[in-house]
Amino acid sequence: MKFRFLQITSAAILLAILALSGTVMQAQQVPTKSSAVADTTIPSAALVQPAELVRMLHGSEKPLILQVGSHVLYAEAHIPGSEYVGATGTSAGLQSLRERVSSLRKDQFIVLYCGCCPWGHCPNIRPAYEQLHALGFTQVKALYLADNFGTDWAGKGYPVAKGR
Amino acid sequence: MQRNARIEMPRMLLLFLLVSIALFAGSSPLAAQTVPSRAKAHRAAPNFSRMDLRHKKIELTSYRGKVVLLNFWATWCGPCLVEVPTFNEWQNKYGSNQFQVIGISMDDAAPPVISTINKLKLNYPVLMGDEHLGAAYGGILGLPVTFLIDRQGKIRARYQGASDLTRIKGDIETLLHTR
Repeated sequence: MKFRFLQITSAAILLAILALSGTVMQAQQVPTKSSAVADTTIPSAALVQPAELVRMLHGSEKPLILQVGSHVLYAEAHIPGSEYVGATGTSAGLQSLRERVSSLRKDQFIVLYCGCCPWGHCPNIRPAYEQLHALGFTQVKALYLADNFGTDWAGKGYPVAKGR
Repeated sequence: MQRNARIEMPRMLLLFLLVSIALFAGSSPLAAQTVPSRAKAHRAAPNFSRMDLRHKKIELTSYRGKVVLLNFWATWCGPCLVEVPTFNEWQNKYGSNQFQVIGISMDDAAPPVISTINKLKLNYPVLMGDEHLGAAYGGILGLPVTFLIDRQGKIRARYQGASDLTRIKGDIETLLHTR
């Protein structure tokens, strides 16, 4: 009888601990999402998701991929084959972007990405997209990185290259 | 046989209880939430020795015995600029209590950083980071990223993105009370 009581009590304590532990861990794993996704003016049709771009990288017709953010972050990790252009949140970066695309056909497929900060806070991606749009480019997409390049690309095991 | 089972069962239950308690204790907020596997909680914080933007040599190991808040940021990063003034306040508040903030700018060039330091009147050292320092800290591929390092020089927390400053403050106070 005593043993039975011990068994039931122990099982109850065990279940309570596991449940509590699970609740804490679950609460801890909730990712912090950017609340400012809607702030950008890039139309949703012009966004490309990371998984979609990975498929394109393996396809026959690869887009021109331009990184329009931080050079330090680019040096640490970037999409293989992508080119560093400059931080298009600055006038120097926008100038650099204009120069890079000056000889391209207007229907060149271009994918822009940054991933320096959460999407709604990125100072570079929107000016870059708007610049190319204003220059008449018709096939421009922006890579949607909700949190940053680390979380939404490198952290998912998608291919990266290093170096400047 | 039945008697043996009666003896073993309470022991097994006790073992289960101890394991569960250990698992639960290991999931304390400071130990877990903010440190993804990539950042390797409780590993020694990689040392560095660089000149800060006021031309003072900064070596991480020289801060042993203090709680260090290591903040990777950049002047073009909106969420970073929201946090930085609070870090400045904490340096004032806890600085005399063996606490030190160190800023690492991931900007491409120093001039805008110096300008921001002066504008915000930052009272803690800021030095220029690069891809090597970023890689040493498990990859700084998005900003801001902040590490909390204990008195023994071990990483105790990693905060990615716009952080809950109240939570970081609580974690700092916990570490400051730990000898």
